[in-house]
Amino acid sequence: MSSITSIQPFRKIVAPWLVPIAILAIWQLAAQTGWLSSRVMPAPSAVLLAAWKMTLSGEIFYHIKISFLRAASGFVVGGGAGLLLGLLNGISRKAETLLDTTLQMIRNIPPLATIPLVILWFGIDEAAKLFLVSFGVFFPLYINTFHGIRSVDPGLLEMARSYGLKGWPLYRDVILPGAMPSILVGVRFGLGFMWVLLIVAEHVSSSSGIGYMTMNAREFLQTDIVVLGILLYAALGKLADFAARLLERWWLRWNPAYQPQ
Amino acid sequence: MGSNVVNFKTGENSEQENNAVTGTALHYRNISKQFGSNPVLQNLDLDIAAGEFVAIVGRSGCGKSTLLRLTAALEQASSGEITHHVANSGSSGDTRFMFQDARLLPWKTVLENIGLGLRGQWRDTAKQVLQHVGLLDKADVWPATLSGGQRQRVALARALVHHPDLLLLDEPLGALDALTRIEMQQLIEDLWRENGFTAILVTHDVPEAIALADRILLIEDGKIGLDLPVQLPRPRQRGTAAFAQLEATVLQRVLKTPSQENIPEIPTPKNITQLKWAW
Repeated sequence: MSSITSIQPFRKIVAPWLVPIAILAIWQLAAQTGWLSSRVMPAPSAVLLAAWKMTLSGEIFYHIKISFLRAASGFVVGGGAGLLLGLLNGISRKAETLLDTTLQMIRNIPPLATIPLVILWFGIDEAAKLFLVSFGVFFPLYINTFHGIRSVDPGLLEMARSYGLKGWPLYRDVILPGAMPSILVGVRFGLGFMWVLLIVAEHVSSSSGIGYMTMNAREFLQTDIVVLGILLYAALGKLADFAARLLERWWLRWNPAYQPQ
Repeated sequence: MGSNVVNFKTGENSEQENNAVTGTALHYRNISKQFGSNPVLQNLDLDIAAGEFVAIVGRSGCGKSTLLRLTAALEQASSGEITHHVANSGSSGDTRFMFQDARLLPWKTVLENIGLGLRGQWRDTAKQVLQHVGLLDKADVWPATLSGGQRQRVALARALVHHPDLLLLDEPLGALDALTRIEMQQLIEDLWRENGFTAILVTHDVPEAIALADRILLIEDGKIGLDLPVQLPRPRQRGTAAFAQLEATVLQRVLKTPSQENIPEIPTPKNITQLKWAW
């Protein structure tokens, strides 16, 4: 009888997983009986098997590493530039007058629309992928950093100045922490764009990376590896978002809205 | 984001003052300030002695906060000059401002907020001041978890850790409940008596002005309309007849001030002590 209380949370933990497990089971069954052609969709077990084989051969890590490095370098270059320009324009009215209109015009260009030009400029090498990812990550960080700095509480700025803070201490203690919630929103948006652009860039052409892996598998109708590639992108995206959440938890731990329940 | 905080003109030591006197003496000459075409202060002259506790009262929008902000150089006067003379040549000559809202940095702990702008080994000093305002146990919490009264205590500690010669208080207790307010008034009075700085308090609360100040100033029509010394012995008891009489005098004087709106009706003499003339 006392077990009633312990059943309650158990149900809550299990119940949300019932539907996904059922779908997987039906899917597996449909694939095994031949009702679902493996050309359309491989069985879940086949995807697992493919993952296991590629793990043993080490191939999977190679592709993940390449894709991760491309994403990370694009994020650092584009995000870094966005952050710096956002800081500059947020702090200096002169810089804003000079640069902001130009940046807002460029912002209206969808990054993917530039692919033909990018191929003409950079060929189909790493430079093209770096450019596309950086382009996509730049604007979320630029806009949110700019907005974050402009929305720092003027009362706090006045207080800090009256306590003799200026120059770097003023940025370190007041302006940057004040803009941080907004900057981190930009980081999370940027991470989302980063994966989308990376996937497109890797599918345009590449000789390594997760995109290459799936494109190659498609040629040979290896749907199990195609699905594995899709799942890898999803996992990497989730991981990046998780990392951004950890950053929020740490940097915004002073904010009641970000404290763990 | 243009800032026009300038260095204060600290006093030369030509006029050797009494060693016992501490704080900053202030001399306002012909101060005018207008916002757009709206004049707030007009040719105001005022002298405040070093170590004095002055309360400024007046209707909403009469310019009392503006006068305080001019004193702290948070704003610049349209014309006229404010001179600061630091009585004790060895002291910092610092001016500190307490705002109506505590303005603590939410991303710094209570102790780090107090250490704002301090250099070197500031932690021990900050802890001492924090103990003085009775919040040592809150040293490592975020300001978001504090009550309004606690936040103002931290703001007070943050101001006092610099040993200012001039403390400017812009209705710092306005948002607190009545009991917390009386506690804070006592705390401010104690700290003022210990540290001997000059204090200027802008307030809406006449009893608060009488409880704390050596002198009550009323600002009306951009000038000093009333300059009333308060000679009650400290610490001041609120219930006494002298206190109540002074309170009634000041209130009546303030209410007599012609205002743009209708002067509020005073219902009964009994209620006059609780009446506020501005919100």
